[in-house]
Amino acid sequence: MLLIPCPWCGPRDEIEFSYGGEAHIAYPAEPDELSDAQWADFLFMRHNPKGDFSERWYHSSGCRRWFNVIRSTVTHEIRAVYRVGEPPPEAGS
Amino acid sequence: MRASGMSFDGSGFWRAAEPKPAYEVVVVGGGGHGLSTAYYLARNYGITDVAVLEKGWLGGGNMARNTTIIRSNYLWDESAAIYEHSLKLWEDLERELEFDIQFSQRGVLNLAHDLGDVRSSLRRVNANRLNAVDGEWLSPAEVANFCPIINISPDVRYPVLGATLQRRGGVARHDKVAWAYARAADRLGVDIVEHCEVRGFDVRQGHMTSVETSRGSIRATKVALAAAGHTSVLASMLGLRLPLQSHPLQALVSVLLEPVLNCVVMSNAVHVYVSQADKGELVMGAGIDAYNSYAQRGSFHVIEHQLAAAIQLFPIFRNAKLLRTWGGIVDVSPDASPILGTTPIDGLFLNCGWGTGGFKATPGSGHVYAETIANGKPGPLAQPFALERFETGALIDEHGAAAVAH
Ligand SMILES: Cc1cc2nc3c(=O)[nH]c(=O)nc-3n(C[C@H](O)[C@H](O)[C@H](O)COP(=O)(O)OP(=O)(O)OC[C@H]3O[C@@H](n4cnc5c(N)ncnc54)[C@H](O)[C@@H]3O)c2cc1C
Ligand SMILES: [Zn+2]
Repeated sequence: MLLIPCPWCGPRDEIEFSYGGEAHIAYPAEPDELSDAQWADFLFMRHNPKGDFSERWYHSSGCRRWFNVIRSTVTHEIRAVYRVGEPPPEAGS
Repeated sequence: MRASGMSFDGSGFWRAAEPKPAYEVVVVGGGGHGLSTAYYLARNYGITDVAVLEKGWLGGGNMARNTTIIRSNYLWDESAAIYEHSLKLWEDLERELEFDIQFSQRGVLNLAHDLGDVRSSLRRVNANRLNAVDGEWLSPAEVANFCPIINISPDVRYPVLGATLQRRGGVARHDKVAWAYARAADRLGVDIVEHCEVRGFDVRQGHMTSVETSRGSIRATKVALAAAGHTSVLASMLGLRLPLQSHPLQALVSVLLEPVLNCVVMSNAVHVYVSQADKGELVMGAGIDAYNSYAQRGSFHVIEHQLAAAIQLFPIFRNAKLLRTWGGIVDVSPDASPILGTTPIDGLFLNCGWGTGGFKATPGSGHVYAETIANGKPGPLAQPFALERFETGALIDEHGAAAVAH
């Protein structure tokens, strides 16, 4: 089980959280302008790196807030945690 | 080096081939799907100038990590067609490959635990019958009659309200299936190259020309991916975006026990699926870990959750000891259906997204993939599973039939 440092509550067990998948997928600024291929990309296509991954977590059994995590998908090491709206820090910082 | 005889890991069943400088078709990944694809390319299309490149050892991926459940009772016509095609191939596979793969049609029960489950199960049985896929609905008493050790008491957290039964469903010995296809493909001239990792591709003017491997560059104008959980890693080398996420999926076995379980039992609601191996171990699968991972191990709390439910369903398992647990990396797609077909790169073929349920598809997947590769375009069974469906919106939502790992 992961120990996830919530930016508001501190380190808590993974079972207190829900996973939100890839981070930084912004809703299209001009939805009416998108082609079907662009919609497919927004809705379905995802990064799936073997290495560092920016992802969203939700502290569902805690403060009930969303935040972002950079985590290695190989070692599961959490390299950075940051709040929604903040730019991703350099991994490892 | 030419291996001879049979060894514990099955490697005596095929030549340990050295990679040649060029092939007509290079298959990337020596799991079940890659091996069956190579076999059907040679057997059905006479294409024998084929290499299967495997970065580790043959069958070291999901192929020999899965819980071996085979069935074809999926909801939608497209899925029923491809999985039933596969099941029909299973039914003749021991004869065709001349190999005892321990294929056993002992019946698969899918339990329903609430009204929603009951309704969707009945709908699925009816849809299956319309597609000439066998299926029956069993009442709780009939469930207990078919599988006496299931607890059908109404006083549990997830009572059994009934179940669907596919009598033609069952299990097979997974590593033997890999060896059977490897031996048959090898005999037809296919090179099986282990410890050969694909690390890059050479694409010229939109055409595939060669693959870069840990054992040198290999020319091929047709390259067929069959890399399961690692497909996104390979696609990203080509700038190809895919709707896949890789997750750990775990399974476990108990110590050897007397025969107690005569069929396969699955429960989506409580994330349990279990059968008993011929040797006597109870083989159980768990759910996926929520997060993306390539680590081939999952979290213990997932197993804990699964075992709590399993013990309520099967009180007789209460004192069984856990022998070992392991994980595989599964490639999960948004509609729980596979992705199969051509790509925007000429000569690059895609077969992935089987996620938690591709073992049962091993024969059918390889069969229709070989057809796609040989003809340069998909046949009718593969067509609906093309990558383009995410653009057209023609998704094949099998979350009901496939939600949990199986
Ligand atoms: C715990 C668990 C339980 C499961 N239970 C069931 C079940 O009961 N029923 C069912 O139908 N399905 C089940 N599945 C799913 C099933 O195992 C998979 O869908 C199926 O095995 C995937 O196809 P494959 O056999 O070709 O994959 P794999 O065996 O994973 O083959 C892919 C191969 O590609 C190789 N590869 C990757 N990258 C490269 C590279 N760069 N170069 C060369 N080679 C590469 C890998 O090493 C691997 O050997 C389960 C899976 C797991 C993990
Ligand atoms: Zn919190």
